[in-house]
Amino acid sequence: MHEFSIAMDIVDIATSYSRKEKANVVKEVEIEVGQLSGVVVEALEFSLEAAVKGTMLENARMNLIFIPGKARCTNCAQEYETDTVYMPCPACQTGAPDIFQGRELRVKSLIID
Amino acid sequence: MCDSCGCGQPGKEPTILKPGEHPHHHTHTHDGVEHSHDHDHDGHHHHTHDHDHRQYRKVEIEQDVLGKNNLLAERNRGYFEAKNILALNLVSSPGSGKTSLLERTIREQGKNLSFFIIEGDQQTMNDANRIKEAGAPVVQVNTGEGCHLDADMVNKAVKKLEVKDGSILMIENVGNLICPAMFDLGESSRVVIMSVTEGEDKPLKYPYMFQTSNLCIINKTDLLPYLDFDLGQAREYAQQVNPKLEFIELSVKTGEGMDQWYDWFKQAATPPQV
Ligand SMILES: Nc1nc2c(ncn2[C@@H]2O[C@H](COP(=O)(O)OP(=O)(O)O)[C@@H](O)[C@H]2O)c(=O)[nH]1
Ligand SMILES: [Mg+2]
Ligand SMILES: [Zn+2]
Repeated sequence: MHEFSIAMDIVDIATSYSRKEKANVVKEVEIEVGQLSGVVVEALEFSLEAAVKGTMLENARMNLIFIPGKARCTNCAQEYETDTVYMPCPACQTGAPDIFQGRELRVKSLIID
Repeated sequence: MCDSCGCGQPGKEPTILKPGEHPHHHTHTHDGVEHSHDHDHDGHHHHTHDHDHRQYRKVEIEQDVLGKNNLLAERNRGYFEAKNILALNLVSSPGSGKTSLLERTIREQGKNLSFFIIEGDQQTMNDANRIKEAGAPVVQVNTGEGCHLDADMVNKAVKKLEVKDGSILMIENVGNLICPAMFDLGESSRVVIMSVTEGEDKPLKYPYMFQTSNLCIINKTDLLPYLDFDLGQAREYAQQVNPKLEFIELSVKTGEGMDQWYDWFKQAATPPQV
């Protein structure tokens, strides 16, 4: 389950930025998780719970923000929502669209003191 | 001990060994973050009353979680390019025939070409021993709890292997089509292997892997007469996910189609003419 190593990377990123900002307390970590990022949100939540133990993020709220997948047709420029990376265009059936939203996997912000 | 999080506590970090070597035990901390897990479960929490006089502020950091791996992967890629090394990342479900493909390739092409192999597995040196037997230098990366190789492991393994200029580096990833898809190793090309004993719809079930691969090898074609596997259908599904994907059908067992594979990587190893 790669969500464990992803969770460890999130903890590393958030703690190193918190240190750089000389934070005493981390109240919240905001994490963007795209629908097409390859990460299962529930598995990530579960992994984060284990990963924060004994770190300065232990009591911080992990705010996972889900970002839906969006595709643009390479033939007719139609934009549509998709839950796969390959869903064909609903208007003209062309496959392999440009995915312009939903691949995010990013530590967006921290709320610290 | 840190049984729950697989976070690189002693005994959980990857080991990188040559056949015959034995692991050393040492302790470390995870990027300076010490994990101590002995918090009490007596139910008394310290932050229950709510007069919080803190002055919280929000810091936008916008950091890609895979950024560190991607950066290191690019460093590997630059190193491979500079040393004219063709690095291939071989991914598949367990049992599709990655190690068998490497063994036969080394036996048949090892006289003219120089191969170096990195074997990724959660446990055991078995595959590395098979490769050594076939006649190529190899290191085994045991990822323990980890389900994929990452760019850092490959970086360390490459140093240990002392890969020569102008050689072909084959990296057998941990057998699974989910996790390795997200981790760039710095490879020149990614090769996904499926065998005819698997479902034709593998590409639809594991689209990330098929979308990020350059070549799809369909192995065990010697078994086709005994199965209902529809090659055309499998290719169609894979192309639906990745229209640029190339295909080679072969049997490692009989050798049928192996020449196409050899031609493919020899072509890939030839630097583009300026
Ligand atoms: N019939 C047949 N069996 C094969 C072929 N290639 C590999 N195998 C068998 O498939 C099994 C798994 O192969 P292995 O190389 O260990 O797969 P890996 O897990 O992907 O490294 C072994 O029993 C191989 O002998 C093939 O072309 N035809
Ligand atoms: Mg193997
Ligand atoms: Zn369209």
